[in-house]
Amino acid sequence: MTGLNTQSYTIQFNEPLALKSGAQLGSYSLEVQTYGQLNSLKTNAVLVCHALNASHHVAGKDPTTNQTGWWDNMIGPGKPLDTDHFFVIGVNNLGSCFGSTGPMSIDPATQKPYGSTFPLVTVEDWVDSQARVADHFGIQKFAAVMGGSLGGMQALSWGIQYPQRVAHCLIIASAANLSAQNIAFNEIARNAIMSDPDFYEGNYYAHEVTPRRGLRVARMIGHITYLSNDDMAEKFGRELKRIKGAPQDYQFSFDTEFEVESYLRYQGEKFADYFDANTYLLITRALDYFDPAKTMGGDLSKALEVIQSKSLVVSFTTDWRFAPERSREIVKALLDNKRSVTYAEIDAPHGHDAFLLDDARYHAIIRAYFSRMQKELT
Amino acid sequence: MSQTVIRADFSAIAKWIKPQSTLLDLGCGDGEFLEYIRAQKNVRTYGVEISDFSVLACVEKGLDVIQQDLEAGLALFENQSFDMVVLSQTLQTIHETESILKEIVRVGKECVISFPNFAHWSHRIDILLGRMPVSKSLPYDWYNTPNVRVLTIADFEALASQIGIKIIDRVVLHEGKELSWGVNLLGSLAIYRVQSA
Repeated sequence: MTGLNTQSYTIQFNEPLALKSGAQLGSYSLEVQTYGQLNSLKTNAVLVCHALNASHHVAGKDPTTNQTGWWDNMIGPGKPLDTDHFFVIGVNNLGSCFGSTGPMSIDPATQKPYGSTFPLVTVEDWVDSQARVADHFGIQKFAAVMGGSLGGMQALSWGIQYPQRVAHCLIIASAANLSAQNIAFNEIARNAIMSDPDFYEGNYYAHEVTPRRGLRVARMIGHITYLSNDDMAEKFGRELKRIKGAPQDYQFSFDTEFEVESYLRYQGEKFADYFDANTYLLITRALDYFDPAKTMGGDLSKALEVIQSKSLVVSFTTDWRFAPERSREIVKALLDNKRSVTYAEIDAPHGHDAFLLDDARYHAIIRAYFSRMQKELT
Repeated sequence: MSQTVIRADFSAIAKWIKPQSTLLDLGCGDGEFLEYIRAQKNVRTYGVEISDFSVLACVEKGLDVIQQDLEAGLALFENQSFDMVVLSQTLQTIHETESILKEIVRVGKECVISFPNFAHWSHRIDILLGRMPVSKSLPYDWYNTPNVRVLTIADFEALASQIGIKIIDRVVLHEGKELSWGVNLLGSLAIYRVQSA
């Protein structure tokens, strides 16, 4: 076992990026973190795509913030995605708020933060920008592109947009498009943010405030959908928030009464401290818009016909935000095209969050898949 | 896997499989047959398995495998989308017997079905003596068997004609050897090649 070999980059791109919306970004920068070593043939690179609120900091402890990477249980020396063998790249997506160009960045045209004028970016735009990161490292073809949830959508889109540049797509707890219910949850979150008086139509930076109330509600609703009913029952039940040993009597007030309220308020508060509201709007919209079958008259099999890579699709039984049947749609479309696909349905109690958790069966599958891939490389 | 331990039914099934064809193995276990047939015939294969342990074993072998319960049907697979669908020693573990049989001939242009023959003479003697048979082909006790159906060669053929399944070929084995007569009495494993009638 060697070290994680974390390297951080801010990569500046000056060639304009044409966006799906028709707009373009003249120049932009992406925050990138890499782990492990790129081999001499540059065949062992794995791109890890993040979901809504994560970043390029995928594994290990950040030397400045001391925070642990969001997929540290999955990625590192000896972990399922083993950085002793694979060169792992994390990219903070365009429009996000962890250093890459986004609504908080200064628009060179106005010398003010983009705010609400930052163009809407899509999953396809992210994939295009990630391809430029691959070019930057001289990587012709990724051994794998991997992600969960919205990250899984990027992995799937990689297979569609750059079929020659990715050998394996790992699509975890994801879907080929959002359901109406899913879009509805996003809309509630956006509505909470946009109706916060501190939102100022997205230009709250100038007023030196953040729409914290909106962000808090957005995070609360999100959190509920990431957990399963059983998981919440187990974690909180109907427990009242009381100091240890105090009687569990109602206080007949709207203060924090139940443990679950305390948890949601805490999560909301924490989120409002670090996440940018415009980014939340933008990323949830990218989720809503993703629908590769749309231009094929809704025929997903047709949309996935171009895929050349092998795929691993994973879902979790209690995930109702990205339910197993949504993963099976992807599997079916790949089977219709007789593409190489493996599907694992993990019986896990933790809802959508399960893809981030350390589940032995889940990690064993990912580990086996990568060690098989490693044999193909050598 | 060494040549010597190859299950006799594998080589019998392999004879019916064309090179470069597509094959779906339902209840593929740890992928032993898939690994064998891929090496023999260079076929495009997928397995279907329910058990976590077996799915993992398939991934370790680099086999494409879909985790699902066969009782739930084959909605993931289009009509006549595989050259061959294999249901090898799995039929007796399925509750929805009729529906899975109809499903496999819907999905496969041809199908292989194999099962242990309950009517083998040794089983008949066990029953005569008042005990449930435990043998090489039925190695479990009544209280721990994964089998939920017991059937005989005659039973299967009767059901097949009832539900529109055409039998193209039949091989009956005992101790790995092919039998040519008295099969429902002497055979312990029946292997059929069938298709939709």
